[in-house]
Amino acid sequence: MSIQEISLSGRKKLVSNKEMTFLEKMYLIAILKGLGITIKHFFRKKATINYPEQVREFSPVYRGRHMLKRDEQGRENCTACGLCALSCPAEAITMKAAERKADEKHLYREEKYASIYEINMLRCIFCGLCEEACPKDAIYLTISKELVPANYDREDFIFGKDKLVMPLEMAIKNTQLKNSN
Amino acid sequence: MDSTFIIEKSVVILVVFGVTMLMAMYSTWAERKVAAYLQDRVGPNRAGWGGLFQPLADGLKLFAKEEFAPNTPNQFLFRVGPGIAMATALMTSAVIPWGDRLHLFGRDILLQATDINVGILYIFGIVSVGVYGIMIGGWASNNKFSLIGAIRAASQMVSYEVAMGLSIVALLMMTGTLSLKEISEQQAGMNWNVFYQPISFLIFLICAFAETNRTPFDLAECETELIGGYHTEYSSMRMGFYLFAEYANMFISSTILAVLFFGGYNYPGMSWVAENWGVNLANIIGMGALFVKLCGFIFFYMWVRWTIPRFRYDQLMHLGWRILIPLSIINIMITGVVILRGEIFAYLGW
Repeated sequence: MSIQEISLSGRKKLVSNKEMTFLEKMYLIAILKGLGITIKHFFRKKATINYPEQVREFSPVYRGRHMLKRDEQGRENCTACGLCALSCPAEAITMKAAERKADEKHLYREEKYASIYEINMLRCIFCGLCEEACPKDAIYLTISKELVPANYDREDFIFGKDKLVMPLEMAIKNTQLKNSN
Repeated sequence: MDSTFIIEKSVVILVVFGVTMLMAMYSTWAERKVAAYLQDRVGPNRAGWGGLFQPLADGLKLFAKEEFAPNTPNQFLFRVGPGIAMATALMTSAVIPWGDRLHLFGRDILLQATDINVGILYIFGIVSVGVYGIMIGGWASNNKFSLIGAIRAASQMVSYEVAMGLSIVALLMMTGTLSLKEISEQQAGMNWNVFYQPISFLIFLICAFAETNRTPFDLAECETELIGGYHTEYSSMRMGFYLFAEYANMFISSTILAVLFFGGYNYPGMSWVAENWGVNLANIIGMGALFVKLCGFIFFYMWVRWTIPRFRYDQLMHLGWRILIPLSIINIMITGVVILRGEIFAYLGW
């Protein structure tokens, strides 16, 4: 067997330059075949997902919008150690640390907390490395289906603590759930 | 001529005009829907049920758009171009028989704007004028792409008109009349012309694609090469008129195909319906039959558009001049021999 005839994939086709017969030259049969192929697609099931009504199923390891967690007593976990900012490959996270006052013990879990915590959502790539780096279980990527809403200003895509910290009601609900279990 | 005659004709003309506009409107919707379905998509489905209000939204959008005119010395021609295209597209519907007579209010109402005895010639004449709309628009745009598109359209339409006319000659030798009404009447029952003149039908069909500038003959506006061809510089409803004229042309040519070759308003069992259920009902169903036939052709236009790629320009000219025209001439000769076979046999003494 010569090397030209070997077909490892089994799909090899030899190109031929043979003259077309009269029937082939009329192209009518080829056109009819083509029409047959397209009409088959006409009745085929459509691939479209009508987005707002239908939502594609999400992967179990889906990573959505970030959330800064609170503990069972509603205190913020974050201690502004900066490991998330350090691990972030897109350099999307910045923060500013502050010391907890005596009357703020119910707000922050540890003595140090983040007075400013910002994620630039235009830079974030939702890789989840911040979540992995966090030693205090403070930042999580939620399964929220709404990632980043559209906006007109670049400044509006820098999410501060107002958008990132877990709402207090959610923390209360979580605690209640935990207690009932 | 009495006043009721004028009222009757006005009503018929207005209805035909309205139906043509409506069909052209919904052809744009159907085009998008068919394109989507052939490509495994669902197409427009937000405006109304199944996107049925999409043409209205499109029209509204086009009216609301800025009307931009290029800096051209031919402002008048630039403005008049879309009008000519639209007017010629609508004028052809005047001679098409949409159905037989209706008996209403003690009168025979002919479901046709006018039954002139040179119906086909009239249609050919108007269609030939249609190229002026494209040519004037492309020329007045003062743009190379527009001009190339217009020249292509003009030469293509002129070339294919020859083959189209010749393909019809064979049919006319058989029918012996140019009136579309009489041609329709001759095809009563299942006596459709397509069974007697299949080659003539095929040539006419191909030429109809070329005349309406539809794929695979859309060289006049091919987006990939010429941006938009002759309507590159047009915007707002002026462009809308060009697109609208194209769809109106498609509707009319589908109707002509149905009338000439597929029996017009005739359907099997028409005489039985007329005897048992009355003439009016038979003719209304006949109108429905014509409508179904022409919708089938419109669908075929769209189906072909998403199947066959565009011809190269030399292939187009080759097909038109060197294949279709000789083929239609041979068809004429064969038809002539078959019609005169009795005389020929007598002359040969068989």
